[in-house]
Amino acid sequence: MKVLVPIKRAVDYNVRVRVKNDGSGVELNGVKMSVNPFDEIANEEALRLKEKGVVTEVVVATIGVAKAEDQLRSELARGADRAIHVVADQDIQPLQAARILKKLVEDEGIDLVLMGKQAIDDDANQTGQMLATLLGWPQATFASKVEIEGQTARVDREIDAGIETLEVDLPAVITADLRLNEPRFIKLPDIMKAKRKPLDKRELGDFDIDVPTLEVTETRPPSGREPGRMVKDVDELIATLKDKGLV
Amino acid sequence: MSKILIVAETLSGELHPTTAKAVACAQAIGGDIHVAVFGSGDQGPAQAAAEIEGVTEVLYVQHDENNAARAATLAPQVVALAAEGYSHLLAANTTTGKDLMPRVAALLGVPQVTDIMAVHGPRDFDRPIYAGNAITRVQAPGDFVLVGTVRTASFGAAGGGNSAAVSDKAVDAELPSHTRLVEQKTGGGDRPDLQTASRVVSGGRALGSSENFDIIFKLADALGAGAGASRAAVDAGYVPNDMQVGQTGKIIAPDLYIACGISGAIQHLAGIKDAGTIVAINNDENAPIFEIADLGLVGDLFEVVPQLTEKLG
Repeated sequence: MKVLVPIKRAVDYNVRVRVKNDGSGVELNGVKMSVNPFDEIANEEALRLKEKGVVTEVVVATIGVAKAEDQLRSELARGADRAIHVVADQDIQPLQAARILKKLVEDEGIDLVLMGKQAIDDDANQTGQMLATLLGWPQATFASKVEIEGQTARVDREIDAGIETLEVDLPAVITADLRLNEPRFIKLPDIMKAKRKPLDKRELGDFDIDVPTLEVTETRPPSGREPGRMVKDVDELIATLKDKGLV
Repeated sequence: MSKILIVAETLSGELHPTTAKAVACAQAIGGDIHVAVFGSGDQGPAQAAAEIEGVTEVLYVQHDENNAARAATLAPQVVALAAEGYSHLLAANTTTGKDLMPRVAALLGVPQVTDIMAVHGPRDFDRPIYAGNAITRVQAPGDFVLVGTVRTASFGAAGGGNSAAVSDKAVDAELPSHTRLVEQKTGGGDRPDLQTASRVVSGGRALGSSENFDIIFKLADALGAGAGASRAAVDAGYVPNDMQVGQTGKIIAPDLYIACGISGAIQHLAGIKDAGTIVAINNDENAPIFEIADLGLVGDLFEVVPQLTEKLG
């Protein structure tokens, strides 16, 4: 079974993002970029399936700027077998990404797509579901447990009300939630080895991404909260809450 | 004029309260507001949807497959309804809405606006990015059907007392058989739903154990509040994941939020910053939660929380 793990280069989750003064977006200059954390979890899951003998090959792919090769190399170092880089300088929206990934799935004969449930930059939470739909495949989003048996996957999903278990026929798209696993650390010798793993470049022009898109007209910081104050004990807390009519 | 279809959400045979929040967003857009309720026989949720203020018609779609709601089987039904001239298809940005609506959008070949938090015009919205650390204004040029999910923390529920017409609707759609629901394990309980509760009490890792969380539940019950937890408490196994408040859990906006023993990681703060009044109780006076709290109390939560419960009970 061949698995595709689409990944995205995003601002590192430890960075406190800053909106540019002209409202044109978020400052990316000189900011640490990393693999979207949910995608690391997806790759880890693919690698564990390979170690169990369920999966034969793990292919990581990204759509993004030339520097996104760094992120592909780190997932190769984690253990993926090879990488595909669709080089794109423009902003790619989820439906466009899904169309590109659909073509990769078809070109590569992929049986299972494992990807993050969302990217922590645009927080769209759409691409996996859209990809599954375009392929006519089932989806199991927000996965916290994945078991593959023959031609079906049994997936525990983190839903608002608790945990839901779905059974889906393969091929399928599964999107990773936080508690699916804890990704292994990348070791230095593996980083060296990853430099020799195959990485194919594809041009954006090879893909049909002519779909309606949304336009971001402004980016601004969220409105702040009024500064609070400290109370000295429970009685003062209760009195203040009563004053505000909250209890 | 806009013609808006809201995809209702049901849980355990009841209309989910977030549906009324999606209706509130539709009211901000303005236009004719219909609600689609998908079921397998019981019209109860459809009747409940008809009571929501601003709704002009409820479409009840019956199908045997709808006894177990799944994105794969719901999406073709929503798309079949969309053909009737709707300008907008909206659902609450719950795990159900997040799972379903991109499937609907992809079937229609259109983009989706996730997590609408404010409406500037029928095709002009604000939505959060970077866990709410930035807000973008997004427009949808053209006239394609606008698919979106509604940030429930940003809209108060539309009122009740309405009696919109409920009509049975048969949809002609082929439903796939590749996705089967095996089971749902829901925390449930009698406490108010986190996403709609007016008061929420949450506990963090400082609680130290599953048993100790009892003091959180007792305070929540004394206040008639929902009970939540930080990611650290969930990851430590003290409470189930459906209690997690934060960017990766539930984003909530109660009138009163009481954080007990929660340090205030960025991702937790992202989930509560729309709350009315935030109270923080923590023994570390330097905890980041105090930077966002309206009222802070430095103290041992094992003393403070039971005292609060006793005096408020």
